[in-house]
Amino acid sequence: MKAYVCMKHVPDTAASIKIVGGKQIDETVKYIISPHDEYAIEEAVRLVEKKGGEVVLVTLAKEAAMATIRTALALGPHRAILVRIDQTFLDSQDTARILAKVIADDGPADIIFAGKQAMDTEGMQTCYRLGAALDMPVVTDVVRFDPAEGKAMVEREIGGGEKEVIEISFPCVIGATKGLNEPRFPKLPDVMKAKKKDVKLIDLKSLNLQLDNSVQVIHLDSVSERSKAKIIGGSTGEAVRELVRILREEEKVLD
Amino acid sequence: MANIGVLIETDSTGVKIANYGVMTAAQGEGHQIIAFVMGIAATACTEILGRYGATQVIELSSQGENLAKSPDLQAGLIIDAVKEYHIDFLFGLCSSKGKDIMARVAAQTGAPLAQDCLSVDVAARTVVKPFFSGRTTATLQLNGSLVLCTIRPNAIEEKEAPVTAGAAVFSSARSNDGRLVIKEVKKNPSGRVDISEANIIITGGRPLGSADNFQILGKCADTLGGAVGASRVAVDLGYASHSMQVGQTGKTVSPRLYVACGLSGSVQHFAGMKTAKVIVAINNDKDAPIFQKCDYGIIGDLFEVVPALTEALAKR
Repeated sequence: MKAYVCMKHVPDTAASIKIVGGKQIDETVKYIISPHDEYAIEEAVRLVEKKGGEVVLVTLAKEAAMATIRTALALGPHRAILVRIDQTFLDSQDTARILAKVIADDGPADIIFAGKQAMDTEGMQTCYRLGAALDMPVVTDVVRFDPAEGKAMVEREIGGGEKEVIEISFPCVIGATKGLNEPRFPKLPDVMKAKKKDVKLIDLKSLNLQLDNSVQVIHLDSVSERSKAKIIGGSTGEAVRELVRILREEEKVLD
Repeated sequence: MANIGVLIETDSTGVKIANYGVMTAAQGEGHQIIAFVMGIAATACTEILGRYGATQVIELSSQGENLAKSPDLQAGLIIDAVKEYHIDFLFGLCSSKGKDIMARVAAQTGAPLAQDCLSVDVAARTVVKPFFSGRTTATLQLNGSLVLCTIRPNAIEEKEAPVTAGAAVFSSARSNDGRLVIKEVKKNPSGRVDISEANIIITGGRPLGSADNFQILGKCADTLGGAVGASRVAVDLGYASHSMQVGQTGKTVSPRLYVACGLSGSVQHFAGMKTAKVIVAINNDKDAPIFQKCDYGIIGDLFEVVPALTEALAKR
């Protein structure tokens, strides 16, 4: 089984984002594996542990992503491919075309895992575009994955606690979300081994792809936080009655 | 003149309320709005969708194939209808289903798509949407003869723009290739609205202490017709299901009213709810960070305050 995992290198979810020059960010903050991609890595590694084969990590990023790739390799993938790009933001269509080309050249893939969305650009569509580029069926928001011969039964969250049970044929693209598994913590020997694993560097230019740039970032704006809460005092009964009055009469958020 | 398509989400009650904001986002001078529905007769939706500006409601029908089993088939049908009606801007709802179908349409056509938009400028083809889990917004330019966007539920205040809507059926010959089949939908026994579409959400954190104790939030939510949310810690401890999690690795919500019970107020949690209109925090720790960045606070034991709140709300 040849499993690919598409991983994104993103700013730490707790880092404060400083906007530079209107549409760039200060990239000196700590970077991490995009959180949903951790579930993708874990599921690919478990599948290959069970069925045999290889897990290949694919990342599209600036070279600074190498540290994040080593962290990810300690979680079990056998090797990685880093497609070096210069831009901070690449739209989903271009991203998917590049990933598809790299995976097709290295593959063929039996299955591709990725997080259901990246934590920086929150595009929620690269899995679908990758599936379309490689002519594979796609399911995202996957919380359960049971492989069988040539296909898998998966469960997908559709809101309100409801789930769809889906049968999907291999090769396919699976968008992982929280609930799919518990990602492992790497042990020291895994971290040491990860340092020696093969990371192939590919320059985007060498792929000779014409980028569409059909979505462009015009500018970024920081989102201001609310100021301090108005504390409603008094006994529990008094406070609650006053809160209900405010919500109903002043804020008009209650019927 | 812009031909705007709006993909409408329906459930057993008909057109979901969350669509009104999407319809409002699509309105504008010279906009011809065509609403697409599936699995419901167009005539059943003309009154409500006409009120929000739809000049036509089109039922998409699949000539005998079971649409409910195949999201790719639904997307294919939408693509055919978009061509037929010369749509140049297609709107949808950023719900679990909406963002899935719209991403399939985008992938199959190669058209640009922006998900989870907070506002849209149709003429300029720009949208504003969150980046970096709500820590910034990004203004994006979408370039193409067809562009797509989904709107965050409750992000846009609904506004009526009444016209008389016509009704028609559109069908095209597409079949399911069988590579992806929805076998079954597992229902949720609570019957409460999904948190990402709820107008009112009451959320609990670690201090709830058990899954049973979440019922006090459930009672309050039921009194309000709202939904119950949970913090990441509460979900990880098994007090609540992941479908209830609000925040970075959970859902993003934008209700009118968000009541946070026993939450400290982490950056990751705020990423999921900071666009709520009013945020109320209930916490027994007066120094809890959440009080620094919400609208109203009650300092007290949630096991006393929440039942008292439920009682006060029941007396109207």
